[in-house]
Amino acid sequence: MAKTNSSSKVKSREKILDYILVVVFIGVLIITLYPFLNVLAISLNDPIDTMRNINFIIPRKFTLNNYISVFRDNNLIKPFMLSVVRTVVGTLVSLVSTSMIAYVLSRRDFYFNKITTFLFLITMYVSGGMVPEYLLMVRTLNLKNSFWVYILPGMIWAYNIILMRSFMDGLPDALQEAARIDGANDFTIWAKIVMPLCTPVLATVALFYAVGQWNSFMDTYLYAKDLPTLQYVLYEIMQKAEMKIDPHAADQLVNAVSPLSTRMAVTIIATVPILVVYPFLQKYFVGGMTVGAVKD
Amino acid sequence: MKERKKNSNKAVKVKQKFSWNLMWKQRYLLMMSIPFVIWLIIFKYIPLWGWTMGFQEVKPKSFALPIWEREFVGFENFKRAFTDRLFGQTMVNTICLSILGLVLGTFIAILFALMLNEICFNKFKKVTQTVSYLPHFVSWVVIASIAKMLLNDGGTIDTLFGKNLHLMSTNSALFWVVVVLIEAWKECGWNAIVYLSAMAGIDQGLYEAAKVDGANRLQRIWHITLPGIKPTIVVLLIMGVGSALNVGMERQMLLSNSIVQDHAMVLSWFAYIRGIGNNDYGLGTAIGIFQSVVGVLLMLIANKVSGWLGESKLL
Repeated sequence: MAKTNSSSKVKSREKILDYILVVVFIGVLIITLYPFLNVLAISLNDPIDTMRNINFIIPRKFTLNNYISVFRDNNLIKPFMLSVVRTVVGTLVSLVSTSMIAYVLSRRDFYFNKITTFLFLITMYVSGGMVPEYLLMVRTLNLKNSFWVYILPGMIWAYNIILMRSFMDGLPDALQEAARIDGANDFTIWAKIVMPLCTPVLATVALFYAVGQWNSFMDTYLYAKDLPTLQYVLYEIMQKAEMKIDPHAADQLVNAVSPLSTRMAVTIIATVPILVVYPFLQKYFVGGMTVGAVKD
Repeated sequence: MKERKKNSNKAVKVKQKFSWNLMWKQRYLLMMSIPFVIWLIIFKYIPLWGWTMGFQEVKPKSFALPIWEREFVGFENFKRAFTDRLFGQTMVNTICLSILGLVLGTFIAILFALMLNEICFNKFKKVTQTVSYLPHFVSWVVIASIAKMLLNDGGTIDTLFGKNLHLMSTNSALFWVVVVLIEAWKECGWNAIVYLSAMAGIDQGLYEAAKVDGANRLQRIWHITLPGIKPTIVVLLIMGVGSALNVGMERQMLLSNSIVQDHAMVLSWFAYIRGIGNNDYGLGTAIGIFQSVVGVLLMLIANKVSGWLGESKLL
């Protein structure tokens, strides 16, 4: 009798815990989403009205003027296009290179497999550091203010090789064997047989590279200030807002509408492409993260 | 790691001997790998070779000289770096930021993973998880832009509390806490993935047995879930200790302003200002070497200590 009593007590207590968790999670949702909604609302609100109070998530005086004015300005169209181009080109180049080298390294019969794998993996733990890399780009390779400085240095991430290779390890051998008997060479096998089977891992790796390219800021800051990307323009707008020394020196971009509304509009433009893509790839990258964790 | 070794040994039963015949047979594999090995050597190993500059006097003019004609100065660059007037505060900032970040980041990520693991409303769980990944995918520039709007004087948070909290304009340890909390907010959902998958690997029979024995939910978390993910926590902590000195310059640069400068400076930023800003390549490289070597040493020490305590080891 006493036993059932205590167990029902425990059960009701556990139910309470469930509801506490729901409340906590609503809190988490608010803490995560509120800043983004706040930014979105300001970017869609009339700049003069915004100055009254910036704490709102539903636009009080709806307007698209902030977006129209930042886009009408040539200063933003060019960086935006550059960001798009580097994301597309960079992701494609990276995907092809990574999957090709991952395939070679998944072939345990390749004579140089061990040494090549070792050479790539070492780079995950040791790097030359900022100054030698800077000197390589700027002095040795003469890549300063060249578009290739966005593509080449970060072309292959060792982590993504591991991800792809462990996926390829799990593919059945029979298909490759059959193709080999039919006289296909290794390149054809990679292109025609392995790649189509790798769609899930390709999606994951493409997301990682694309996000890296789109969000990249330090490479513009270090090597290519003449080729500003969207992220760099946002940084410059922030810097100008911070200085507040000479209002006349401010860019036309800032003059067009109030600085905060402009900044928020650019912030949203820099965020939205990611927002559109990542929820759909969720099931892939969660698996990808886990593979990496186990292999580490 | 161990499993992988076993597998690869199984795949290559006999060690192949070098022969031109074999090379010809694998010519496509060779052709598919050589371009990337060349890329690797240029972009990853030449900078490593650049470490020699840490022991040389390298100024913009002497950079053009071949390596053997530059003057070797031993540890002079390191000495100059360690006696720089910025170095003391920079070290304090770097260490405090990384310890705070590691402790707080790990704690919040585990807490979040535990809550996700416990909640039984699946739809709700999924939505929360998806939303929690969002800040991870957003760039630091965007995060900084949002953070400054929220936390600057007169920002959203100030409006909310109705008074000026000076969150981003107090030149004190408060700035460390703010930065670390922003990072924890950004990465907690993402970092929880690893812990969640570790929790999924725990034997469900243990929970059943504990239920029969009358353990309540919190007791089950404390005695089963947490010990179950302990190896994962330990491994991630060891790796975190290894990157203790590599606090990112990007984050610090974007979130700081001239008022909090003293508490924002970290080693990699210091290397940038002295090495690239002042063209003192030798000193900049020396700081990079210092970061790498100390990082590896710290990781080995953490690994040893973890072994002594009877915990799992990374290596």
